[in-house]
Amino acid sequence: MSKKIKELKVSAIENGTVIDHIPANAVFQVIKILKLDKFENMILFGTNLESKKYGSKGIVKVSNKFFKPEEVNRIALVAPHASMIEIKDFRVARKTIVEIPNEITGIVKCFNPNCITNHEQIIQKFTVVDKEDLRLKCHYCEKITVKNNMTFL
Amino acid sequence: MKNKSLISINDYSKEEQLKILQVAGEFEKTPVQNILKGHVIASLFFEPSTRTRLSFESAINRLGGKIVGFSEATNTSVQKGESLRDTILTVANYSDLIIMRNPMEGSARFASEISPVPIINAGDGSNQHPTQTLLDLYSIRKTQNKLDNLNVAFVGDLKYGRTVHSLVIALCNYNTTFHLVSPVELKLPSSVKMYVKEKNLEYHQYVELEEVIPEVDVLYMTRIQKERFSDPLEYERIKNFYVLKHDMIEQTKENLKVLHPLPRVNEIEIGVDKSSKAYYFEQALNGVYVRQALISLILGLK
Repeated sequence: MSKKIKELKVSAIENGTVIDHIPANAVFQVIKILKLDKFENMILFGTNLESKKYGSKGIVKVSNKFFKPEEVNRIALVAPHASMIEIKDFRVARKTIVEIPNEITGIVKCFNPNCITNHEQIIQKFTVVDKEDLRLKCHYCEKITVKNNMTFL
Repeated sequence: MKNKSLISINDYSKEEQLKILQVAGEFEKTPVQNILKGHVIASLFFEPSTRTRLSFESAINRLGGKIVGFSEATNTSVQKGESLRDTILTVANYSDLIIMRNPMEGSARFASEISPVPIINAGDGSNQHPTQTLLDLYSIRKTQNKLDNLNVAFVGDLKYGRTVHSLVIALCNYNTTFHLVSPVELKLPSSVKMYVKEKNLEYHQYVELEEVIPEVDVLYMTRIQKERFSDPLEYERIKNFYVLKHDMIEQTKENLKVLHPLPRVNEIEIGVDKSSKAYYFEQALNGVYVRQALISLILGLK
């Protein structure tokens, strides 16, 4: 069996998390949602990389950081097919596929300006009514926030 | 139903809704009963209302209860910048039940989550108006002798009309065929249509009103709300789109009833009022019985 040497466009990390299969245009959003812009360890990322599955993709590698499941779910809204790969000693320790949860709490702002959540201190809560097209129904005003109207908190 | 807030019509099951209609029927027979004696009910109207507020107050008065509250937010601490949270927590100390109308969508749901006493939503912005829905259901059942398998037309502003949204959702329990008549810019939102589609119910959309009327059992007219339009010319054009005239309901089903949540502007000509098919003023009266039933059930008195 011949071992094919793969050239990595984004260098490997020793320990930490690799977030792969991010849509090319969502890399910066993922960084923002995970608050990596304020993170102090090494972060490597690439975007508009070639992907067999999706045509083009982005990837983020975060050194010495492991995410909790609820943090992982936060990015599902912009990167629904992303995978989170935990790396220990350059090896894959665990791989989880990001999944869109049924309910979303405290991540997205309701786009309805007349919604009470935009006027009082209330934690925003949504039911995901359509996982394919990403349509979120506000628990309070019952209006739908669609993908293009989403603002992340 | 005891202590259960009513925010959206779907908070109550079909069985609970039917229970309210049944108790409302009893109040129609005996409207004056002293069962609310010793109870204080708060009526918080952050925006003006005639029918809803007065019919709630009439319902409470006929049952011997007392009302505290306000009919507009001026002259209250809301004007001083008090949050809804604080207003509700305060008023809950003074009352057994809070009836609230507020211009913000979702305000009633929020209030019900923080309030120790039950909340009845009397309208939250363009979202829900469940007591109107209950009185609409009551009126439909009373005039049609059933709720199942009816052809119901909704006419006018289907986009912003909260009474339309709540009633459409409620009628999804009764195998209704929906006829949706509106200008293109005021079509029923997808968030409401979703319920119709989920139940696989038949629905038709129209721009013209006349062809629909002979098909239906209930003609639910609504007002085009001026405040929804930024362009006054656009409002004038659309306002005159659907005007129901007496001759339009002549060649129609025997059992046809015209409903309207009121207030009307010009969408039903006054000439229609004397027709036996016009039912909107009786509909408004039914609101008292339905609200009597709802309050008594929530307070555990029926």
